[in-house]
Amino acid sequence: MALTVKTFGSMSEAAAALASDRTARFISGGTLLMRAINEGDTSIGTLVRSTDTGYRQIRSDPSRVEIGAGARMVDILANRDLAFLHPAARIVGGPAVRAMATVGGNLFAGSPYGDFTTALLALDATVSIQAAYGGAQQMPLEQFLQSRDRSSGLVTAVTVSRPASPDAFRFRKVSRVKPKGVSVLSIAAHLPATGGRLSNARVAYGAMAPTPIRARAVERALEGRSLDAAGIAPALAAAAEGTTPATDALASAWYRREVLPVHLRRVLLGETG
Amino acid sequence: MLEFRKEYFKDERDDRLNEVGQPRQRQDMLGHVTGRTRYFDDHAFEGLLHLKVLRSPHPHARLRSIDTAAAERAPGVKRVIRAADVPVNKNTLLSLINFGKDDEPLLAADKVRYKGEPILAIVAESEAAAYDALTKVRVEYDPLPAVFDVEEALKSGAPVVNETYPTNAFEYHEKYNHQKLRFGDVERAFAQADFIVEERYQMSPIEHAPTETNGSIAAPETNDRFVVHTCTQALFFSLGTAAKLLDVPSNRLHFLGGTVGGGFGGKVDSLTEPLSILGAMLTGRPVRYVLNREEEMLYGCPRGAERHYVKDGVMRDGRIIARKVTSYFDAGAYTRLSSYGAVKCIAHIPGPYTIPNVHAECYCVYTNRTPATAMRGFGITGVDFSLEVQMDKLAHKVGMDPMEFRILNAYRDGDMKAHRREAHNCALIECVQVAAEKASWPIRDEYRRMNSMTGGGGERAVIPPTATDEGGRIGAGRPATSTPPRPPPPTVAPPPRAPVPAAAQPRAPQPATTQARPAVPPPPAPPPPVAPAKPAATPQHGATRFSSVFGTRRR
Amino acid sequence: MAKTPVQFRLNGSDKAVFVDGGENLLNVLRRGVGDMSAKYGCGQGTCGVCTVLVDGEPQLACLTLAETCAGRSVDTALGLSDGPNLHPLQTAFMEHFAAQCGFCTSGMLMAAKALLDRNASPTREEVAEAISGNICRCTGYEPIINAIMDAAAKRGGGSNREQGHARV
Repeated sequence: MALTVKTFGSMSEAAAALASDRTARFISGGTLLMRAINEGDTSIGTLVRSTDTGYRQIRSDPSRVEIGAGARMVDILANRDLAFLHPAARIVGGPAVRAMATVGGNLFAGSPYGDFTTALLALDATVSIQAAYGGAQQMPLEQFLQSRDRSSGLVTAVTVSRPASPDAFRFRKVSRVKPKGVSVLSIAAHLPATGGRLSNARVAYGAMAPTPIRARAVERALEGRSLDAAGIAPALAAAAEGTTPATDALASAWYRREVLPVHLRRVLLGETG
Repeated sequence: MLEFRKEYFKDERDDRLNEVGQPRQRQDMLGHVTGRTRYFDDHAFEGLLHLKVLRSPHPHARLRSIDTAAAERAPGVKRVIRAADVPVNKNTLLSLINFGKDDEPLLAADKVRYKGEPILAIVAESEAAAYDALTKVRVEYDPLPAVFDVEEALKSGAPVVNETYPTNAFEYHEKYNHQKLRFGDVERAFAQADFIVEERYQMSPIEHAPTETNGSIAAPETNDRFVVHTCTQALFFSLGTAAKLLDVPSNRLHFLGGTVGGGFGGKVDSLTEPLSILGAMLTGRPVRYVLNREEEMLYGCPRGAERHYVKDGVMRDGRIIARKVTSYFDAGAYTRLSSYGAVKCIAHIPGPYTIPNVHAECYCVYTNRTPATAMRGFGITGVDFSLEVQMDKLAHKVGMDPMEFRILNAYRDGDMKAHRREAHNCALIECVQVAAEKASWPIRDEYRRMNSMTGGGGERAVIPPTATDEGGRIGAGRPATSTPPRPPPPTVAPPPRAPVPAAAQPRAPQPATTQARPAVPPPPAPPPPVAPAKPAATPQHGATRFSSVFGTRRR
Repeated sequence: MAKTPVQFRLNGSDKAVFVDGGENLLNVLRRGVGDMSAKYGCGQGTCGVCTVLVDGEPQLACLTLAETCAGRSVDTALGLSDGPNLHPLQTAFMEHFAAQCGFCTSGMLMAAKALLDRNASPTREEVAEAISGNICRCTGYEPIINAIMDAAAKRGGGSNREQGHARV
């Protein structure tokens, strides 16, 4: 099937083109779609792209940050306001992938990829979606991930809350090869505390399910607890609850579940190694 | 850091070296750093077509029907190549040296024997068009029971993977279903040993994963020849293989290669050249067939799986007096080079150690896995891993330092190997000594003073009385333990040597029973086995040039 | 099949090609304009042998939609040397034996150039990070890292400046 590339100046035009053609896919950084095309995916008939400059913009205010879905990992890394996201952006691929891969594309990366999305999930992200016809729509990231393969709109931006303090947000990617390796798993945690007690902690996992997921049981077990060995014990006991990791070339499902509490402990206690 | 230890073996060596030890720039380096080195794919052709193959989704299935009508009509498709289009659709790589029977089709005809086996090829204007057409081919399969384990495959009643070898084992010299090594009497020695250590070792397949995937481009030349740019590591091997499959004189094929983007053994199987050339022959246009990364990783031939059982008898003082090894090489569905791997394995057993009683059997087994091939020391790597882990276990068992344990048992000049060749130019003792020194690993003075040039030969040069057997004999009347002894199998032809008194067993003190006169007299040297008669009109260069370990030539 | 015209600069020279829909930059370089220095290794962004610079940033040509390069500058290993005068990275790769089969070399050089263009005196860790997307299956990473460190030093980068004979 001959492929057609359609380029639009605005996201709304792109969204309309996407909706009108069942074989159309929106291409952002290309690291997922071009791979599929190279490997002979014949289901793609049209590539829709946008030159809308807003698609790449990053707007930040003291509490929230709106990241254009077309912002690349290198754009995140170049932005000092987004220092809390640098650890998650830095571990995406190698330098060349980071100069291509976008925040929007990362939302669609299948497990064990998509570690940046794990970070966004722990930061209470909202996804802005441009519908085919009409206006924009907002959706919590968690809800979006559950239906991402069926979504018909076009992701234009992701908005996250700034962490309560620099130390309150933690991210860890576990891979066998360093500095660049695919995830065994990743963990992101937002751990706001008042008077040494956690409240509304958000913990997310990558590569522990087909999409990044919230670790609800861990979050519940952390409520009101302190970040010490005794305080986190119930959370560690509940670490694997709700996970459905895959067995792949990097790790078995069993292995992922076995090492998860170890790495969760390190994240929660701020340990390295 | 490179370091020459010239104090060793200085009387055996001429040290007036002009090149060795001197830094020399690689001839191809300037091309590499300027991006101008030309690999097979770095050649432009006007009108280039692209070839992709349809691969079996089943590890073992009969092909009931193949419908290519829609694929042939698909946009950009120039030609669909079926099994019937291949002039000689059966080959085995080592047939070029008269070793083994043809057992592998270029395109599967009646059934598929591994997941990923090529069934047909599509030649199209672009890779995308070829991929698209592949989705339009309809194949009906009758799945068959599959076998993935070497020992399961050898059991009676196992699915027959490859009808050329109906017992799922390669046939050596049209005589035995394994390679055989007999030296002395291991069972008697086991009975005398202070300790027995018996272990099982195995290794999974390993993919070479070259950064350049397997591929080739073939194009018609003006003189009725075809030029072939290829990644092959074995240019003339690939040339001969292609000429045979395509039934053309080799002088019609103009192979260009030798610049390989990483091979490691994974580019000797001529995976792509015959189809590229056939595509060029059938379309009259240049045809490029390159494996994509997924094909390379899943269906490019890997180093095969291996399993080794090692049973050793060791004395309290550290001498190994018996070693019994049973090895299984998983060839996958077709022989490729695995038959040779098993030959290398048996030639390597018992490792670089003087052991007076050795018994080994190596099987090259067919399973429904991806055909295996060469990779960096294949045939040796797995068994050497097994034997060296075993050496550590033995050393631990007798309470010896593992370095000293190796020095004690190492081959020395003049020792008789289990293969009935005298050991020459031995250097293991010195290697271990230097390794210990480099690792600051303390070894005792007496072990530091030992060397490979003294202490060998004499009693250690004796060929012990050896009973032979007909286990694994191919054909009717399968192996019978009661079979009377016959002349030794060809792999263990002894050099001419005076009959050896039974008392002169290697090493003293000897376990009592090994000194007893064996039931079988010292074997006479048998005549070299005669290769199967071939028509005189087709001169063959034959296995004898390849390696003496094939057992068809004596030194 | 519909073709789209794309103009871009390749190693400082203007190029105009017609590309197929969905065609990647690697194909355009190799078959469109005949620059064979970038290689195909995986088509999925894993191996780095197709690394080129697009407007100075390292990118994987196999994953770059050719049309996105319209009006941009692409640099490949073919453009590294100035006639017979090799780039310091090329000289250093030669001196340090930093290539075996050579298939990864073009990509390695471009990944290294991307680093040195931004960071004249990288640490060893930064060099390893810069080539972390490039696989050398002959596993010659140490000589490659040594070569890049040496090239940086000889270009007069940072703390290694005392060794410098700037040849840029």
